[in-house]
Amino acid sequence: MSNSNNMPKRHMGLRTANTVSNVLIYILLVVICIVWLIPFIFILLQSFRVESTCQVGYVIPHTWGLKNYVNLLYSESSGLFGTAFSKWYLNTFIIALCTAVIQTVIVLCMSYALSRFRFKMRKALMQFMLILGFFPGMLTMIILYRVLKDLGLTQANAVPGLILVYVASSGMGYYVSKGFFDTIPKSLDEAARIDGATRAQVLWRIILPLAKPIVIYTVLTAFMAPWGDYVFASYISMGSTAGKNVAVGLYEWLSQDQIMNNYTMFCAGGVLVAIPVTVLFMCLQKYYVEGVTGGAVKG
Amino acid sequence: MYKKRITPALIKLVLGIIAAVLAVLFIITTVASVKAGYSALKPALWGGMLLIAAIVLLAVGSSQLVRARQFNRMVEESGVTVKEEKRATIGDFFKKIFDGIKRFFLSIGNEFKDIITTFINGDWKTKLSYLVMGFGCLARGQILRGILFLLFEIVFIGYMIFQGGYWLSMLPSLGKVGQHKEWVNVGGISVEKMLPGDNSFKILLYGVLTMFFIIAFIYTWRQNVKQNRIAEEIIRSGKKLKSGKSDLRSLVDDQFHKTLLALPLTGILIFTVMPIVFMVLVAFTGYDGAHNGIANLFHWEGLKHFQELLSWSNGSNTYSATFGEILTWTLIWAVFATFSNYFLGMLVAMAINKKGIKLKKVWRTILVMTIAIPQFISLLYVSKMFAKNGLINLFLIDHGIIKLGQELPFWEDPTWARITVILINIWIGIPYLMLIATGILMNIPADLYESAKIDGANSWQQYKKITLPYMLFITGPYLLTSFIGNMNNFNVIYLLTGGGPTNPAASTAAGNAGYTDLLITWLYKITMGEEAKYYMASVIGIMVFVVVGIIALVVYNLLPSVKNEEDFQ
Repeated sequence: MSNSNNMPKRHMGLRTANTVSNVLIYILLVVICIVWLIPFIFILLQSFRVESTCQVGYVIPHTWGLKNYVNLLYSESSGLFGTAFSKWYLNTFIIALCTAVIQTVIVLCMSYALSRFRFKMRKALMQFMLILGFFPGMLTMIILYRVLKDLGLTQANAVPGLILVYVASSGMGYYVSKGFFDTIPKSLDEAARIDGATRAQVLWRIILPLAKPIVIYTVLTAFMAPWGDYVFASYISMGSTAGKNVAVGLYEWLSQDQIMNNYTMFCAGGVLVAIPVTVLFMCLQKYYVEGVTGGAVKG
Repeated sequence: MYKKRITPALIKLVLGIIAAVLAVLFIITTVASVKAGYSALKPALWGGMLLIAAIVLLAVGSSQLVRARQFNRMVEESGVTVKEEKRATIGDFFKKIFDGIKRFFLSIGNEFKDIITTFINGDWKTKLSYLVMGFGCLARGQILRGILFLLFEIVFIGYMIFQGGYWLSMLPSLGKVGQHKEWVNVGGISVEKMLPGDNSFKILLYGVLTMFFIIAFIYTWRQNVKQNRIAEEIIRSGKKLKSGKSDLRSLVDDQFHKTLLALPLTGILIFTVMPIVFMVLVAFTGYDGAHNGIANLFHWEGLKHFQELLSWSNGSNTYSATFGEILTWTLIWAVFATFSNYFLGMLVAMAINKKGIKLKKVWRTILVMTIAIPQFISLLYVSKMFAKNGLINLFLIDHGIIKLGQELPFWEDPTWARITVILINIWIGIPYLMLIATGILMNIPADLYESAKIDGANSWQQYKKITLPYMLFITGPYLLTSFIGNMNNFNVIYLLTGGGPTNPAASTAAGNAGYTDLLITWLYKITMGEEAKYYMASVIGIMVFVVVGIIALVVYNLLPSVKNEEDFQ
């Protein structure tokens, strides 16, 4: 943040010093970008390697091919899209889609109520949820698993069970969007109320159109989270192949006894998972950045 | 606004008490462990942590003391009431707790007073409502409210008779008869059959549920009484009572927040609050894989498991010894993970933001893109890259830099593993921190830097006096949440190392704990392990809560006053 090239020239060395520091920064940035991108480039390259399926000491494949991708999506016994990976992919996609929709509704309800209404237990409620967040969420898994199992929502039927678990407590993540609602002037609400609109109409007709960025941010984060969740998914789909999500499925491919055969398949699977999520993310990047910076400033 | 003068004596007193308590704890623990004949290592560890805590408290407290004195002197010299932004002290914090307790008991007393006076002053409709909920509402024409109250009472009584009573009565014992074999007469022939017994798990679960239901009933009953009082007052003043229609209308208007909050709060209640209450209770029982409540019942066991976790006198490869180690590593990890990301992320953001650097958008986009790729892919890939037979080691062997059998022990050596985990976490975290820091850095008023430059400050001085304080001030709460987040950072640890390398001493006795295990991954391993000691997982979960809670409380009370949320509206 030192903008020294605007400084009054006090001595001759200043310009050169500035150039040197800029060059150093460029070198730093290039190094950073290389370090940050290398693993992803490696995954991409290795997903096209067909001469062996285990880990090797080189990156650029000796023989290129699409065998890994074909194996992911097609097998002779089960046909196209009948493989385990296709099933996991579909599971994760369904979970992500449902979670995104329901979670957004819940988070928006919660944050709007906490931002706009001054009811009796409001402060206490917020403090209570803060304290509740200190408990490791994983602890609840033990009981939720048994309850869901009684309801028949585990193992092969893990998808609805997982959606329920992800969505049910999502109201606790209201901070970022409440911070956003807080910045919309209250005078807008009051003007509409004087014109005879109910509170519900105010939310629907006036606030929501203004809240587009935060709606997109909420949908985006809610959609992305299930792709990477390992803990709950592994617990609830325990022992079943059909109920896994991609994270759990691919994790097992890298276990001691499977890695020799499945390493390059893992890379290909990783690429297939990363592409849609990354593309979506890059398209909506602007909203994500807004949400993250706004949320961090508010705390 | 702060008009009262801060009393240094109060701060001193509180600090003195805390220090004394910590010192006494240290002495007791040392003596107890020496008596038990255990090596000096563990008490030294604990004592060290207590001492550090005491030093931090004293340092913070004394700075508060200096501030208080300066402030008071200023007040005396100027002779006017100075308004200063309120800064909470530790003294305030204890006072707040004390006030809270006082207010709680006072409000309970008031409730009782209100219930009794309403009964004495009320008419016969009100009096009958104490028994038949909603009667007053029905009699006064508020049909909708009356029916809801009455319905709730009927459901509650029905539930308690047919279900709740049983669960509550079983709660103290958690079941008497387990699954058992019995000779049953089937069509004249005696057959030995397995009969289901009580189910401890269900008893505990529905017991908790019933308790919640009872609390809800008491609350509703109280509302019912209150409604009667309000209705009487309205009638006395000659106004009309609200109709059911206007009640419904207010749910989308004045009372819209109730509609909005109903679904989210129900979800939180059922899927977070109740499980947490249940799991806290499990810590006091013997619920594990073998005693799952069906085949073998489990029972209340009191504080036994807390003792098992917290007393270090019973050897070096137990839960208690492992707990100390893992807690220490969890705290070390959280400190490194949080601050390394914070400062390096800030550095990268400043580098990109520097005037004269071109392609700002490109640099940022490349880093942001790495956020988009699901973490488990990058973490798993990097984990295997550093493995013994992974890309890096194989590459080095292929090029003759190291020999086969001399692979770099990234995940095999405890120290290597811990450092590698922290480094990879930097790789994961910097893009995110870069984003946050960029947003804040751009908001720092440029004239601050201009005037600093005129005064001849160099870049480092500008950073130290302007950028850093500004960043710390704004991101204070964020730092706290990210510290807590890192303490519970399951994904990074579990997907990278799986907690390993395994700690041979603790491997069998204490849930396969490894050298990079955090409390949270340890908890996961315990529940997934063969013994599945759920009660131990539960105790550890409570410990996580306690540690996080203490850190959060202290930090929150020392942060500059949390911004007034109304300021923005």
